[in-house]
Amino acid sequence: MSKPRLATCSLAGCFGCHMSILDIDERMLELAEVIQFHKSPITDIKTFTERCRIGLVEGGCANEENVEVLRAFRRNCDILVSVGDCATMGGIPALRNFVEIEECLREAYVDGPSTHNPDGVIPRDIELPLLLDKVRPAHEVVHMDYSLPGCPPSADTIWAAVTALLSESPVNLPYPLVKYD
Amino acid sequence: MSETVSFTIDGKRLTARAGQTILAAAEASGVYIPRLCHKDGLNPVGGCRVCTVRVNGRPASACTQPVSAGIVVDNDTDELRSWRRQIVEMLFVEGNHFCMFCEKSGNCELQALAYRLGITAPRYPYLWPKRDVDASHPDIILDRNRCILCGRCERTSRDLDGKSVFGFIERGIHKTLAVNAEARLGDTGLDLTDQAVNACPVGAILKKRTAYRTPVGQRQFDREPIGTGVETRASLTVRGGEPGGGKPVQGEAR
Repeated sequence: MSKPRLATCSLAGCFGCHMSILDIDERMLELAEVIQFHKSPITDIKTFTERCRIGLVEGGCANEENVEVLRAFRRNCDILVSVGDCATMGGIPALRNFVEIEECLREAYVDGPSTHNPDGVIPRDIELPLLLDKVRPAHEVVHMDYSLPGCPPSADTIWAAVTALLSESPVNLPYPLVKYD
Repeated sequence: MSETVSFTIDGKRLTARAGQTILAAAEASGVYIPRLCHKDGLNPVGGCRVCTVRVNGRPASACTQPVSAGIVVDNDTDELRSWRRQIVEMLFVEGNHFCMFCEKSGNCELQALAYRLGITAPRYPYLWPKRDVDASHPDIILDRNRCILCGRCERTSRDLDGKSVFGFIERGIHKTLAVNAEARLGDTGLDLTDQAVNACPVGAILKKRTAYRTPVGQRQFDREPIGTGVETRASLTVRGGEPGGGKPVQGEAR
């Protein structure tokens, strides 16, 4: 009947993993034959209105908005996949885990060498999501069904995993497709 | 001296010299037993427990346990792979291992073991310990974020270089690699030519200005799983390796 839906999001990531999704090149047409993109930066659909078979999660959780989006993905997707090192281990954003959060904000908004902020204001508008104490990988916030490490995982890795999931066969990636760098 | 004993490993009958360790005897016959804290040329200490096998049903570290006649060794079983996976996962969450910008990536034994064991993400919570970097030496960098406390540098420096540049301080989770100097690595007698510099399985001890001579993607464990050399050296009929998932190796890394 209707095609299974696929959702993607970029939390505390750099969109590099989404670039790697796009890097499947002409196979994107093949993918579009068998799935329908739902909530994703690619479609610009902002909210879940239908249940999705697969959710691809780029990035870990650095703030409360990331947590909210990730929880919405867990509620609305049958299979959740961590895509990339940020989702699987925190990645580059997790480098702030070694610095106290106040010091981190002061460096970014007040003391940084290229910062112009004469009033020394650290943004704290109610519209802005609060930062978490530490950047956390996705599986420390909700249950994740699969992880695809890599910075980013190669297009072949993403392709192999997504096609395996769609055909309901086991995700058994050959050695060259699982890399942490 | 040349007395030989026979034993089995995963049902395969092997022979060993009397007194040879299980790990060395297996390796000589083309059976790879994963290990981290042991390196050829060093006295084994059985510290990391990655080489744990079952000997007549009892767990033992293969790098320290000598072969005795008729023992039955289990190596590549679901249970032992699961134990090894858990040890490697704990090492990942206990330190700060950022493979994406680590110079050692692709040549790192910890990473390679994780690849071989089929780890895509550790199941334990990350600890994010605060560790320091010592870049005081003109040619060598010491990054304790990546140190897994295997002691290979410490033993190599003491036993092979005769210098004892490294040592450990504190205990348990606070255990830290220290240098035998009043201040920093740059104040020790460590030389670029010391074997200890090459003893590190991870990216904790690195030679400066050598980082990207081999591009990422073309390094040792990008090409083949760790242990493949052991498996193919003994028998050229073995093709590729058997990483954790049990899928044959195929294709090229992109």
